Amino acid sequence: MPADAASPAAIYDDRAVLEETWRPPAGLMGVLSAVNHKLVARRFVVTTMVFFLLGGLLALLMRWQLRRPENTFIGPDLYNQLFTMHGSTMMFLFAVPIMQALGLYVVPLMIGTRNIALPRLNAFGYWVFLVGGVFLYVSFLLNMGPDAGWFNYVPLSGPEFSPGHRIDTWAQLVNFTEIAALVGGIELIVTIFKLRAPGMSLNRLPLFCWAQLITSFMVIFAMPAVMMASNFLALDRLVATHFFNPAEGGDAILWQHLFWFFGHPEVYIIFIPALGIVSSIVETFTRRPVVGYTAMVLSLVSTGFIGFGLWVHHMFATPIPQMGQSFFTAASMMIAIPSGVQIFCWIATIWLGRPQWKTPFLFVLGFIAIFVLGGLTGVMLASVPLDLQVHDTFFVVAHFHYVLIGGAVFPLMGGLHYWFPKMTGRMLHETLGRWTFTLLFIGFNVTFFPMHLLGIHGMPRRVYTYVPDTGWGPMNALATAGAMIIGFSVLLFLVNAAWALRRGALAGHNPWGAATLEWATSSPPPAYNFHPLPVVEGRSPLWDRSADAPSVIGIRSDCREVLVTRVLDAEPDHKVEMPAPSIWPFVSAMCLGGMFVATLFTPWGFVVGAVVATIPVIIWFWPKESDHAGRAYRHDRSNERAA
Amino acid sequence: MNWPQTMLGAAGPHARGVESLWWLFFWVTTAVYVLVLIAAVLATVRRNRPVDPQDPAASRRAGVAIASATGVSLVLLFILLISSVRTGRYSIQGLADPSHINIKVTAQQWWWNVEYESTIASQRVRTANEIHIPVGRPVLLKLQSTDVIHSLWVPNLAGKKDLIPGQEAAFWIQADREGVYRGQCAEFCGHQHAHMALLVIAEDSGKYAMWLESQRRPAADPPDEMAKRGRDVFLSAPCVMCHSIRGTGAGGRTAPDLTHLASRLTLAAGTIPNTPGHLAGWITDAQGIKPGTRMPTIGINGEDLQALLKYLQTLK
Repeated sequence: MPADAASPAAIYDDRAVLEETWRPPAGLMGVLSAVNHKLVARRFVVTTMVFFLLGGLLALLMRWQLRRPENTFIGPDLYNQLFTMHGSTMMFLFAVPIMQALGLYVVPLMIGTRNIALPRLNAFGYWVFLVGGVFLYVSFLLNMGPDAGWFNYVPLSGPEFSPGHRIDTWAQLVNFTEIAALVGGIELIVTIFKLRAPGMSLNRLPLFCWAQLITSFMVIFAMPAVMMASNFLALDRLVATHFFNPAEGGDAILWQHLFWFFGHPEVYIIFIPALGIVSSIVETFTRRPVVGYTAMVLSLVSTGFIGFGLWVHHMFATPIPQMGQSFFTAASMMIAIPSGVQIFCWIATIWLGRPQWKTPFLFVLGFIAIFVLGGLTGVMLASVPLDLQVHDTFFVVAHFHYVLIGGAVFPLMGGLHYWFPKMTGRMLHETLGRWTFTLLFIGFNVTFFPMHLLGIHGMPRRVYTYVPDTGWGPMNALATAGAMIIGFSVLLFLVNAAWALRRGALAGHNPWGAATLEWATSSPPPAYNFHPLPVVEGRSPLWDRSADAPSVIGIRSDCREVLVTRVLDAEPDHKVEMPAPSIWPFVSAMCLGGMFVATLFTPWGFVVGAVVATIPVIIWFWPKESDHAGRAYRHDRSNERAA
Repeated sequence: MNWPQTMLGAAGPHARGVESLWWLFFWVTTAVYVLVLIAAVLATVRRNRPVDPQDPAASRRAGVAIASATGVSLVLLFILLISSVRTGRYSIQGLADPSHINIKVTAQQWWWNVEYESTIASQRVRTANEIHIPVGRPVLLKLQSTDVIHSLWVPNLAGKKDLIPGQEAAFWIQADREGVYRGQCAEFCGHQHAHMALLVIAEDSGKYAMWLESQRRPAADPPDEMAKRGRDVFLSAPCVMCHSIRGTGAGGRTAPDLTHLASRLTLAAGTIPNTPGHLAGWITDAQGIKPGTRMPTIGINGEDLQALLKYLQTLK
């Protein structure tokens, strides 16, 4: 900054210094080595949205095939790839990562700090995720798309019944995405525990952050199960181990237990952050804090625990003793209680507050209407006799789209409309937003409500076609028409976003009059997030702020220093310097990706790849002078000026 | 081919218990859903709101309302839980009866092998994709799979049971109404999961006994020259590698037994009706009708095909 030398006053301009300190480096190198949480999270959100569109496109192709009986638009080979890709994309490449991405963007702002904890790990996680997603779609285009379902039951997915590399692709995809999810979870836990603004004791933590915190713990306990299972499967296929081969003492049911021990919590890993989004929107658009903060937090925590105790309800048709079935039925029904408590609390909040009819709030109302129905069909599925009738039919397809689209995509769309101004500095078009909501709500129900009836009348899932005499034609035609409406509403959202990026009204700091800290800074926030760093005086920091509100002082601006506070009461504890941008997370991710892809073809891919992938990690963690280059440089410059 | 396949048309005690459980769940959850929606709509559109949205007295009243709603939900869930466990217990144990029939059902990609067990070899019956049962008598199905996991589901009679390689599962069904009930594999099992249906044909005990008697007989000798030629075609073509026709030299075990093919209602596991035209299509272009099926395309000239069809139609 050449102006510095001319104006001595500017030397002490903290904002300029902060800007210089936290600014991402320029050029291609800078793009690849960025560690700012907003930059990385924005890439994450955009990438996951691309996968959302791809997954949705696959769904439209499937709907087109099913629109009438014995349709020949798509054959079984491609159809089986399509539904496997659709499920894997939506679960691994869209739903879980976009919720985390939103957390990676919003949480550091919401708790009033400068960056996410472990920022290089964050960058590493993104690159691994990107390589994994691209790898899956390149494989699909090379006719190597997985085709045994996103659940990949053995022995169908084993070496005997699925030769070739299609299933290996799926197994490696799990490695990619779960590594990304695990590091993201760890970063969020550390950030929420240690980097909160002074005064934000745990009982003042915004519900969105609670949701992210609990989800992150669930990630850490759930993801290892599926990584272990998928690596067992890869070993069975690559080096002929027999984990899942009954003929050699393995067990086909073991796969289902390992998979669903991950697979069911996964649903809550998607759903709990969505609950956090709903709480944020309800608070802002009713102009009062959510009723029953303690009940809300305890509900989230108990959902996190109970979510691990009901995986067997995916397996009621396998030999499970009756006592076990009853236990899992009871657990599956009881998880309705914490969800119910939260629904009741939101309705009470709306009752007491002053609802503002903005697009994000409409999505919350849509969420309540759709999710409650999905939750109630979930209670039906918890009952063993009912489940045995509708399990693996379109009734279940309807159920989980009601809970996942209703319970996660509607809140997510609300959240995207809500935080879009913060991320970009511009407002989305309100009328277009309302049309997006209306079309999505109608299209969704037209698509998925008939599927309940299809399931009851006998249509199994994962069929590429059906014979005309079953009478399933008209309902399927209706569902296909609804899917087109959904596609149109998503298109409308994209148009709105593209328009708003150029022409949208400027947002200012706090366009919604919200209470949480992310609205205390400019939109989009500067690289250093806040100046000065805030101190929190209540559960709704911006509404509770007194006239003479204190702020944090004594944090250096000329290096990437942040304040570390205590876990429970957020009392200031010590200061720590955050890592600067580095290229090595990117290089490490690429080498790791190379190892995973090579392992697809030969066990030597792992042996050689492990060595190659370790080298950049060693360089990354090797203590270096240049990590503190920013500070040294500043020191020199101040000395020069003093002289 | 318009046979019922719905959980809401119970034709046996097991499915009937589930059907009444379904209506209990349906009405309770519908009531809850309507009440929640009404509360949400009222909360959104009501007028005369308190001046202070954080009014402590109003918040306290809201707390009581939330607690009551939670209490009611808990009670309702408990009622549903108890009735569910009771229904489940009945459907598992209620049918066990010493007068039952044993049938072995073996699933494979993508058809059902059905064997009526007997200690006397000549009394055993092997057929495919059709299970005949007498009305009013419990049937114990012994379920097995030779390749991947499949799931047996005939919704008018009972819920699902998985067929897992390496394990035998016992499954009771019973019909108390005559009829033909359609079922389908419910666990994704590969390429032709969509075309893996079966029929359960419930008949009164007299008809059932006659059917069983006729199935026990080996295939009749061809009645005329053309049928005889058809048999020779069958025995000299690749058919015999996989199919068997009792009473001839054909003894393949990896595909459906054809001894009484003409008595069956469908071909290719419920994919097409069993008519001469469809049978001809199936023999000459199985891959076109059911892509990926294990049945290869058989190169056969027109005259041989006519003879073969003639012969297969005599296998009543």
